[in-house]
Amino acid sequence: MIEFSLWDIVSNLAQAARWTVLLSLIAFTGGGIVGLLLLVLRLSGQRWLERAIAAYVQVFQGTPLLMQLFLLYFGIALLGVDTSAWVAASIALTLHASAYLTEIWRGCVESIPRGQWEASRSLALSFGQQLTHVILPQALKIAVPPTVGFLVQVIKGTALASVIGFVELTKAGGMISNVTYEPLLVYGCVALIYFALCFPISLYAGILERKFNVVHR
Amino acid sequence: MTIELQFWPILVQWPLLLSGAAVTVALTGVATLFGMLIGVLCAWSRVNGPLLLRWLFGAYVELIRNTPFIVQLFFVFFGLPAAGVKLSPLSASILAMVVNLGAYSAEIIRAGIEATPRGQFEAAKSLALGPLQTFVYVVLPPALKKVWPALVSQITIVMLGSAVCGQISTEELNYATNLIQGRNFRAFEAYIVGTLIYLALAVALRRLLNWVGMRFVFGR
Repeated sequence: MIEFSLWDIVSNLAQAARWTVLLSLIAFTGGGIVGLLLLVLRLSGQRWLERAIAAYVQVFQGTPLLMQLFLLYFGIALLGVDTSAWVAASIALTLHASAYLTEIWRGCVESIPRGQWEASRSLALSFGQQLTHVILPQALKIAVPPTVGFLVQVIKGTALASVIGFVELTKAGGMISNVTYEPLLVYGCVALIYFALCFPISLYAGILERKFNVVHR
Repeated sequence: MTIELQFWPILVQWPLLLSGAAVTVALTGVATLFGMLIGVLCAWSRVNGPLLLRWLFGAYVELIRNTPFIVQLFFVFFGLPAAGVKLSPLSASILAMVVNLGAYSAEIIRAGIEATPRGQFEAAKSLALGPLQTFVYVVLPPALKKVWPALVSQITIVMLGSAVCGQISTEELNYATNLIQGRNFRAFEAYIVGTLIYLALAVALRRLLNWVGMRFVFGR
């Protein structure tokens, strides 16, 4: 029987936290890319595309992330591909993040006055040019605080990947508490590590929000 | 290769799904009621209370908002018994959900309260209303009205988050889904059905809360 000191517990958890961070980064970046793609498709003015993407967002925002993880996990296996928890969790979290990010960004784009679209159109800019030169630079400024805030949601979301067997912070916490018989201490440490990861980002998002809101006051 | 999906083996287990969904709804109902109560109390003391209380509730709100729900749940269910507090899966789920929603709704309601114009306080004072009367009759109703949409989506998020409670064997919808797929090995179909029920519940909950808002919160 190996004895676990407090230091052992914390250092083991900290090592597992690297996977939480990595999975968060994958989901956030992947979600950002897919979300941006969906945003552009949604703005392109095709009715059926708009509807399809709205339905996509509705499905991801209206169902538990846990169920999405299970569906992806068992769904990929059904296709005959050997799935690891890694792949399933990365794909599920990426899709989940893309739905939320595209919805956040759509709100930001819609808050740009219609006149901006019309003015750029009257200058004979193409749809791509309108987006890259006129609309997105302005929307980006409004989009930064909620996007940073959403990163916290992604980090917390990765905790659910533990359920399909991905060994990250929460799963490691469970394993260590099974060995040490000190669930209170271990889960307390797990919670504090999540807090240490998320709280600075929350604070930063709050600061950004206040900074950008000054104009409106 | 063809994929054969069979939903019938899932649907014949409808009593399990139904009772699971009922537990999910009940959990959400209880969590909403007590969570909102905590939210209002916290919001009140963060605006009006003594400094120590303000600081304490501030720490509570930030701690909950910056940790995953599943960790909070495991802390309550696996951690607290070590400190002598033993809870059944159902009561652990309820406690975790109430504590979770309490923190989020406190922050949302506080935002509404802080947006109250100064003139409202002065007007209430000039009518000789006490601090509590001012809060209950003057500050809270418009504050709730202002943040109602945010509260509705937070309650929906908590309902969807309750899927995690199946992990500590609370017999809610996700647990029922898992049980069914364990019986007939049709995991994908089972989770599709379960997910669709969650989607239906989320849509219904949003409609219901919007109606409640119109009828009871905005109505007067």
